[in-house]
Amino acid sequence: MAEPILRLSGLTKHFGGFTAVKQIDLDIEEGEFFTIVGPSGSGKSTLVRMLAGLEEPSGGEILLRGERINETPANRRPTCMVFQSLALFPHRTVGQNIEFPLKMRGVARKARRARAMGLLRLLQLPESYYGKSVTQCSGGERQRIALARALAFDPEILFFDEPLSAIDYKLRKTLEKELKDIHKETGKTFMYITHSLEEAMVMSDRIGVMRDGKLVQIGTPEEIYTRPRDKFVSEFMGEVNLLKVKRNGAGLHCPSLDATFTGPASKGFDSGYLVIRPEYLRFLKPGESAENQVEGVLYNEYALGSRIQYQVRVGEQVFLVEKLREQRYHGRLDDRVTIGWEARDSMLAPE
Amino acid sequence: MSTLSEAVAETSVRPARRMPRRRLFSPGLLAALPVLALLAIGFLAPLIAVTAFSFAEPRSFTVFGAPTLENYRTIFSPANTVYLSFVWSLVFAALAVVLLALLCYPVAYGLAHIFGRWANLITLLLVFPLFISENIRLFGWVLFFIKNGVLDGTLKSLFGLELQSILFTPPVIVFGMVYVYLPFMLFPMVLGLSMVPREVVEAAGDLGASRLQTFREVELPLAMPGFIIGGLLTFVLAVGAVAESKVLGGQSVIVITHDIEIAFTYAQNWPLGAALSVLLTAVVGTLVLLVLRYLDLDRILGRR
Repeated sequence: MAEPILRLSGLTKHFGGFTAVKQIDLDIEEGEFFTIVGPSGSGKSTLVRMLAGLEEPSGGEILLRGERINETPANRRPTCMVFQSLALFPHRTVGQNIEFPLKMRGVARKARRARAMGLLRLLQLPESYYGKSVTQCSGGERQRIALARALAFDPEILFFDEPLSAIDYKLRKTLEKELKDIHKETGKTFMYITHSLEEAMVMSDRIGVMRDGKLVQIGTPEEIYTRPRDKFVSEFMGEVNLLKVKRNGAGLHCPSLDATFTGPASKGFDSGYLVIRPEYLRFLKPGESAENQVEGVLYNEYALGSRIQYQVRVGEQVFLVEKLREQRYHGRLDDRVTIGWEARDSMLAPE
Repeated sequence: MSTLSEAVAETSVRPARRMPRRRLFSPGLLAALPVLALLAIGFLAPLIAVTAFSFAEPRSFTVFGAPTLENYRTIFSPANTVYLSFVWSLVFAALAVVLLALLCYPVAYGLAHIFGRWANLITLLLVFPLFISENIRLFGWVLFFIKNGVLDGTLKSLFGLELQSILFTPPVIVFGMVYVYLPFMLFPMVLGLSMVPREVVEAAGDLGASRLQTFREVELPLAMPGFIIGGLLTFVLAVGAVAESKVLGGQSVIVITHDIEIAFTYAQNWPLGAALSVLLTAVVGTLVLLVLRYLDLDRILGRR
C-alpha cells in the first residue's frame, strides 16, 4: 500500500491533569473518507484540533506524508477544517468568505472570483449569492458556504468537526449524501468527526470509534456494524439486544433468563454480552423453530415508518424486535409470542 | 328584561371601547414613561433653555426679549480667540482617544481572552479608582508631578536629575484625560473583543491567514463596534472635560468648557456661555452622528 497521507503515532494530549487523547495510532490513506465517532467528551474534537494545528500535542507525532508537523501552526498546514459553528465571517459576503484563503495567499481578484463562482456551482448555490451577506443565508446554505471556503483553500486533507450537528434531520440527511458526493467529485482526503454513528455509516470509507481518548475500533462501516469489538461499540451502533452471558461448555449461559444459547464461534470468549440486532430477531409461528428461541409477551409496538419495532418482555429482560412493515407481526398486544434467532446472526462482545 | 338587555348592550360595547385604550397605553410605552419623563426634565428642558438663552440679549438674564444673533456674532468675530479653545478641546480629546485605544487594546485583549479567572479581579482593580472623586485623584497627580513632588524629588535624589516640571503643560492635561477616562475606553473594548467568536479567529488562521492578517481581516472589524463605542464615549467625555485642564494644566491652556464656565460665572454673560454650549453641542453631535451612521447598534446589543 502507498504511504499514508496522515500518520498518527502515540498521539496524546493532556489538559492539566486530564488526558483527553491517549496514545492514538492511526493511518489515513490518500483520498479516504475517514470518520471518527464517539460520544461527547471522548476526545474526538481535541484530536482533530491537534491535526488542524489548533492544539499542540503533548506527546506522539503527526506525520503528513512522512513529515512531522507537530509544531507547524495552523496557517502553515496544508489542511483545512470546517468548524462545528462553521465560523463564517459574519461581516463578509458569501463571495468574500469563499475567497478568503485565496486573498490571504495574494491571488488576484479576478482569479479569486472565478474560483469562487466555480465553487458556488459545485455546491449548487446560485451565483447571485456571491454578493449576499452570509448572515442572510439559511442553515443549509451556510454549510455549503463553509465547505466551499474550505475547498477554496485546496487543502490536502479536509477536517470536519461535527458541522451538521445543529441542522434538522431532513436537511442533515441530504447534506450527508451531498458531502459524500463532493468527496467523490474532489477526490480529497476527508476526516470527519461526529457523535452520530448513523451519519458515519452513510458517508465513510472507514470509521474509528473513540471512547475516553482512545480509538476502540477501526474498520469499515460493515465491519463495525457486524463485528463490534465490545459492548460500547455495539451499543453505539444503535439499538441492540444485549444478553449478559457466560461460557458454559459449548453454549452460552444467560443467568437472567436461566437459559443456554448457541452463539457464534469465538475463541477466548469467557464472559460478556451476546449481541443481537433487533432486525435479526423474528417471530416464530407455531411449528417454526430457530437455533435460539425464547417465549415472552408482546408488550408494545412502535411504528418507525418503513419498519415497525416491537418490545417483547421475557421475564425481566426486554427484547427489541424490528420488522419491515410487510413482515409485521399479525396479532395483538399482550399476546404470548415466541421469538428466535440464528447463532450466526448474533455477536459476542467482551465486557 | 331591561336589565338583561342592558347587560347585553354593555358587554357588546365593552370590546369596542377597550380597543383604542389598549393601544394608547401599550406596555412598552408604560415601561418607557419614567425614562421619557426623566429625559424630558433632565435633558430636553435644559437643552431648550440653553438654546433659548443663546439667542438672548448679551449679559441679560432673561430669555423673553427679542431674539438676537449678537452672541454668535461675538464668537465668530475675528477679534475673538475663543476658536482656540475649541481647537484645544478637540485636539486634546482626539489625542486622548488615540492614546487610550493604543493603551487599552492589549489590556482589553487580555481581559477578554487571556486572563481567565483573573479577569474579574483585574476589572475590579480598574474600577476601584472610580469610587474616589475625580478632583481628588487629579490633585493627587498634582502632588506627583509638581516641582519637588514625588516624580521630581525621586529623580533628583536617586539620579541627581533636574527636570523642568511638566505640570501645568498640555501633555499633562492629555495624561489626565487618559487616566480619568481609561475605564470608559477599556470596557467597551473588552465587550467588542469578546463579541469575536474564538472559532472565527481560529478559522482565519486555519485558512492560511497570518496573525496580522487575522487581526486586520477578522478581529478588528468584528470588534470594531466596541472600539467605536469606547472611542465615542471617551471623546465626548474628554471634549466636555474641564477639571484636567484646570487642575493639571493650571491656566496654561483654556479649553472650551472652561470658557463656558467663565462666561456663566465670573463674566456673568449667560447668553454668551449658552451660545458656546450650543456650538460645542453641534460640533460634537455632528461627529457622533457621523460615526453612528456606520455602526449597527443592534449588533452591539446582541440582536442580529
